[in-house]
Amino acid sequence: MTTSTGTVTTTYREALRAALREAMQRDERVFLMGEDVGPYGGAFGVSLGLLEEFGPERVRDTPLSESAFVGAGIGAALGGMRPIVEVMTVNFSMLAMDQLVNTAAALLHMSGGQFPVPLVVRMTTGAGRQLAAQHSHSLENWYAHVPGLRVLAPATLADARGMLWPALQDPDPVIMFEHGSLYNLAGELAEDAGPVDIDRAAVRREGADVTLVTYGGSLGKTLEAADALAAEGVDAEVVDLRTLRPLDDATVLASVRRTHRAVVVDEGWRTGSLAAEVSARITEQAFYELDAPVARVCSVEVPMPYARHLELAALPSSERVVAAAREVLGRRG
Amino acid sequence: MTITHEVDRDTGLALLHEMLRIRRFEERCVELYSAAEIRGFLHLYIGEEAVAVGVIRHLDPEDAVVATYREHGHALARGVPMDAVMAEMLGKVEGVSRGRGGSMHLFHAPSRLYGGNAIVGGGLPLAVGLALADSMQGRDRVTACFFGEGAVAEGEFHESMNLAALWHLPVLFLCENNLYAMGTALARSESETNLAIKASAYEMPAWSVDGMDVLAVSEAAARAVGLVRDSGGPVFLEARTYRFRAHSMYDPDRYRDKAEVERWRERDPLTLLADRLRADGLLSDQDQTRDDAEVAAEVDAAVAYAQAGTDEPVEELTRFVHSEAVRP
Repeated sequence: MTTSTGTVTTTYREALRAALREAMQRDERVFLMGEDVGPYGGAFGVSLGLLEEFGPERVRDTPLSESAFVGAGIGAALGGMRPIVEVMTVNFSMLAMDQLVNTAAALLHMSGGQFPVPLVVRMTTGAGRQLAAQHSHSLENWYAHVPGLRVLAPATLADARGMLWPALQDPDPVIMFEHGSLYNLAGELAEDAGPVDIDRAAVRREGADVTLVTYGGSLGKTLEAADALAAEGVDAEVVDLRTLRPLDDATVLASVRRTHRAVVVDEGWRTGSLAAEVSARITEQAFYELDAPVARVCSVEVPMPYARHLELAALPSSERVVAAAREVLGRRG
Repeated sequence: MTITHEVDRDTGLALLHEMLRIRRFEERCVELYSAAEIRGFLHLYIGEEAVAVGVIRHLDPEDAVVATYREHGHALARGVPMDAVMAEMLGKVEGVSRGRGGSMHLFHAPSRLYGGNAIVGGGLPLAVGLALADSMQGRDRVTACFFGEGAVAEGEFHESMNLAALWHLPVLFLCENNLYAMGTALARSESETNLAIKASAYEMPAWSVDGMDVLAVSEAAARAVGLVRDSGGPVFLEARTYRFRAHSMYDPDRYRDKAEVERWRERDPLTLLADRLRADGLLSDQDQTRDDAEVAAEVDAAVAYAQAGTDEPVEELTRFVHSEAVRP
């Protein structure tokens, strides 16, 4: 629906689909493959209608062979195509980790610069839908650990719409994490929304008292927390990392140098998490500018349970973010 | 066993020459390893030379080759300059992979050699993808994917065979069955040891060939490559071969009977071919002496080139983690 202000009402899912459609229209080398991306329309409905528009050569259903179809994406990229590979969830991507880590990420370097791999892999991540311990984890940090990969986490409609094209222009492999709880996120998006910058974090809300650093599915909760803090007279700044590798230290540190306090919100488990990495970088580079230790809000270290109340208890919540912010501000709720 | 396939003098001498290049190159690698000039893992192809030589001669320059960590022979047979391969063994910047890869990761874009993959089975999906790109772009190319029989136990083998057949992609799956996955004999790891039968479950032509007889390999490969090119679909060819040396320089070779190794050595692919050519009056002592000297000179020159090579400045350590071209 177009409004008079030049925006359209859309969803995260539709924005992703619009990006796929645009990429396939603009570049005939681009094709999509993965499990049930064709007649089914994608496990989360992202590619619905693309088969009809682009045909089975360019919208390819694959067998349940994650390693083979991710590896085939690498080979096709080497052969001059621009494949977009959809892996249903990050948990399933463990079956393709050999190809992603041992080949896609390493090939350029171990070939002495001869073979770049212009591959884009999209996958769902995250909890919140009662899908239990094999469909809910946030393992983005495993990939963000690996040199040679670029890791993106669109958290907004604009990023869902705009990250794919620049990812396809990257000569090296890019992994895009779509948080499962965001597909139905609805809102207004500029009619002419297009490619976005994929190098920089974004300040989603400006504030002077504390920096809340987050990404992906936790952005909404963190913005809610900032609203709640505002009601208490605390002016929180919210930084969305957007790109998980390479991390944009500069944006995070510029914010922390203004607020002198930081809370990192990450749906991954605390141990070895992206939150740990962000916290370490703040401590390494801005220790003497901090007025309090960096706090982290992560998932409880347990395989994600099914029962709703247990799942909610395991995940970061706006309440936990608020509590952590109060702690670094030396306040008591 | 006598070799029965027809051969003319030029072809026979060329095959012998190519196998000898690989043999002498690797023998020199062993010396350099003992001298600590080559380090890391070193997997020798000695005994298996007939496979790479017999197959790769049937590929066109625009075809692709995907190989394993036992790939010196494939690189040399594919025409990658021996100088640059030896420089890679020594970790020099003049090496094919600028010293980043070493013995297990020989890459060469000009000859479309895509490694050099040290994950067993890891090259198969990549080969399927290369063939997919060719198929989607309407290019009449073959991707030859070499792997050992150990890879047959990996899921990536089954996934890739299925995908190549399902999508009718031009891949030659070339299984180098040397009977041992490191120290594990085929019969100790596979319920069905007839690999062609296993492969034929994927609805592709599949058969086996004597991998010690370069003429038999060459004839089978000509047929297999032709079939892939003509049909546009995959073919599986098993070459039954044997490595005369241990798995790597670290391997004490405890799992094989010495008598078994000796039996296979009697079927050394170089000797088999030389005897055949002599019997046919196609090879003289003079030919062999001349070829030995030519190959020795090539290896000497490669070693000299590598030893005179450059250590890449440490400041360049993190180059090639990402492409150096600026993103538009």
